[in-house]
Amino acid sequence: MSVKLVKNAVGRMIPTEINGKPAIPFKGVGKHRPIGRKYAPPIATCTDYPDDGNKLAPDLKTALIKAGLKDGITISTHHHFRNGDLVANKIFNITFKLGVKDLMWFPSASFPCHEPIIEHLKNGTVHHIEGSMNGPLGRFASQGKMKGVGVLRSHGGRYQAVQDGDVQIDIAVIAAPTADPFGNANGLTGPSACGLLGFALADSQYADKVIIITDNLVPFPCIPWQIHGNYVDYVIKEDKIGIPEKIISGTTRITKSPDRLHIAELTAKFCNVTGLIKDGFSFQSGAGGTSLAIGNYFGKIIREKGIKARFARGGSNKFLVEMLEEGLVEYILDGQTFDLEGVRSMRENPNHVDTSPFTSYNYHGKGNFAPILDIVILGATEVDVNFNANVVTHSDGYLLHGIGGWQNCLFGKNVILPIPLFRDRIPVIRDEVTTICGPGELIDVIVTERGIAINPCRRDLMEKVKDSDLPIKTIHELKDEVEKICGKPRKAEFEDKIIAAIKWVDGTVIDVVKKVKE
Amino acid sequence: MKHKGIAGNRGKEARSDCFIEIELTESEGISIDLQSKVKKLFGDSITELCKNELIFFGIGNASIKIEDNGALPFVLAARIEAALKQCIETDKEYILEMIPENQYHTAKDRYRRSRLYLPGNTPKLMINAGLHKPDGIILDLEDSVAPAKKDEAKLLVRNALRQVNFYGAERMVRINQTPKGLEDLDYVIPHNVNLILVPKCETVEQIKQVEKRIAEISKEKNISCPIYLMPIIESALGVINAYEIASVSQNVVSLAIGLEDYTTDLGTQRTKVGRETFFARCQIVNAARAAGIQPIDSVFSDVSDMESLKNITLESKSLGFDGMGCIHPRQIKVVHKYFNPNDKEIEKAEKIVIAFYEATEKGLGVVSLGSKMIDPPVVKRAQRTIEMAIKVGKLSKDWRDKYVS
Repeated sequence: MSVKLVKNAVGRMIPTEINGKPAIPFKGVGKHRPIGRKYAPPIATCTDYPDDGNKLAPDLKTALIKAGLKDGITISTHHHFRNGDLVANKIFNITFKLGVKDLMWFPSASFPCHEPIIEHLKNGTVHHIEGSMNGPLGRFASQGKMKGVGVLRSHGGRYQAVQDGDVQIDIAVIAAPTADPFGNANGLTGPSACGLLGFALADSQYADKVIIITDNLVPFPCIPWQIHGNYVDYVIKEDKIGIPEKIISGTTRITKSPDRLHIAELTAKFCNVTGLIKDGFSFQSGAGGTSLAIGNYFGKIIREKGIKARFARGGSNKFLVEMLEEGLVEYILDGQTFDLEGVRSMRENPNHVDTSPFTSYNYHGKGNFAPILDIVILGATEVDVNFNANVVTHSDGYLLHGIGGWQNCLFGKNVILPIPLFRDRIPVIRDEVTTICGPGELIDVIVTERGIAINPCRRDLMEKVKDSDLPIKTIHELKDEVEKICGKPRKAEFEDKIIAAIKWVDGTVIDVVKKVKE
Repeated sequence: MKHKGIAGNRGKEARSDCFIEIELTESEGISIDLQSKVKKLFGDSITELCKNELIFFGIGNASIKIEDNGALPFVLAARIEAALKQCIETDKEYILEMIPENQYHTAKDRYRRSRLYLPGNTPKLMINAGLHKPDGIILDLEDSVAPAKKDEAKLLVRNALRQVNFYGAERMVRINQTPKGLEDLDYVIPHNVNLILVPKCETVEQIKQVEKRIAEISKEKNISCPIYLMPIIESALGVINAYEIASVSQNVVSLAIGLEDYTTDLGTQRTKVGRETFFARCQIVNAARAAGIQPIDSVFSDVSDMESLKNITLESKSLGFDGMGCIHPRQIKVVHKYFNPNDKEIEKAEKIVIAFYEATEKGLGVVSLGSKMIDPPVVKRAQRTIEMAIKVGKLSKDWRDKYVS
């Protein structure tokens, strides 16, 4: 079958149809305006549910069957358990044994622990995945072995897709560290505690059927009810739904690498020199080693200046919690909790607030808080001379990462990418990125160990660093410098077959990933 | 000569490195088996480099296995050369381009607060070393290189001197103990090394030998820039001969002490308090100052203990040392911070220098501050303090403006 391709606003060739559904090519930031009304699940009546509120089903298999499991439907899961998730594999082992075919798995992200699902992609139980494909699943897809085309969305884009009806979830299976028989649930306590369940919010609101699966069942009411039982059809009690030490790390660690610390320090210095660190400012930073170090340097500057940050957007972790408790930061708006201290703080501190992709990122809402952020710190596998960036593929063409909240955070006021100029021998700054995940107009600053490049459209920032001793260079200078060190890399080679589509935050397609020529 | 040559490192820890196995064959040309995480991006250029090098050495038949872990060209070239040289007898060297950034020279009296040790056979630590702004980097051929790896380290260090940008740090090499270490000089002197560290130095003879060999190579290769020497005193005898060693040549610019070996020689153990090395440290300072050169302290080996490093640096400075060694980039900032003049020192120096200018303007032969006479060496030291304070950004260039009423 030949697919029609059209050029989108960033010059990439995009199919007009993906997995048999029409696809809209990216039109430019803020250009696509959807019309119509949101998607809605069927109207339910409480007369169909037990008066005593007890929705317990004997096991997952029974619940799936009762929820209407059949060929070709869409099953969703969330990724708050990260690499310690036992639920997704369990679901597809059951569906395989029942002989169900051609399912679409719609996780909010996948992890290396989901490698066994490759078997189900091979045996036909799962047709394709729409969600981030990390590690082994991404490699499998990149080799062209998945039947359908993978669709990658940002966290906000996933909420948008569910809300707008781009993806209709037939059965949502929500792993819950604590739940009651009515289906109220949270991530705060229990052996599989993960902090919050924000990634499952859309699934609970919009799926036809919702199954809660927990290993810590408490009597009604489960408080706080991060997920409302009023959306829930069935509740399952299992012995074990996650591996605690893989769900969250006991302690997150700041990088010890002198090179990464150097980049972190430069980043913090840049933010300070440009006046971005001021009383009442806000920032976002992740839980990667370099991000943590940047947060730590921010803390130092905030303390020295005697100011306060109004809020920090997490990925919460021990270091952010310390800043909250010391009074350097007034609120943590948390999207996912990375360590035990994060979970504890969210449980105990009312200023440590759980958020969802709806409040933080949904592009088709009446606003979201990403653009309110003063400083956003993000990563990238590649950046090109036009500041376009890639987060999903490596320079050799393999799809190995998800988008996460990355695209959504690009709307922050100052988007800074602290990245090494090269990893091993692989240059990070290229003429053209392998896959465009974010357009350069939204990316303001690249901080590398060998210099800082400011997007020419940010004259205001250029002006502010004019008299500083920061190593400011152009992005072309950085590219030349890295090619002098590493040599000029060849471009990855692909076949024609499209293996995945990269959605922009508004549901349009910004790029595709093709099968790697091996 | 062996039939087979092996060089480089492999395994997870050996990032930015490669492992090469070369087997000379009778016929069938050159076959290259390349395993590399960057094969798709750089496979062609790696194979080309390998072929060019083989042609350069006149090899037409060989079977080569490359396990590459993201090695940069200067590493690949050194590893291939090292493996080849186990199989063939040759005087030829595969010399890479000297990058223009590496052609600077240094001055006798430049600051030597910190010098960062880089194991001579570990490329991953070399690549970003200069970014951490040590006053000097040391490509080490001595104790940090395993005996079996000495030959390949020389080639790697040579290539690093030509191709790795150390961003203005003084480019130093620590050779092996003489007489063996004299052979190392062939690999570094022609490649714009700024300073040679001579380890386990006990007698002036050792320095004379090193100087003689440097002079020979310089003559042969037409090198005119000075190459400085920093002897490292690491034994009781060395401590006794410290002054003679320090004053044996114009090219000896600093005298360093190595306390690990020294304490072993004494038959004692190194402690954090350091009472056992107090005499030797004082002796080094005294000898260096008497010879008019910089006394340089040893290294502190607990890289995670920043508090002790701070105390040791402060003590070192108070004993009269001008700098110390660093074995991890994170130590550099601390060492600089505490070797830099502090606010009190700067203030005092400012007053002395101002008094000096005033006296000169008035044509007075004697400088005085309040009721105190100031000797010329005190003025000179104050000027050095001011100079350094300006250089490290603790004092503005036009600091004298504030004294103009």
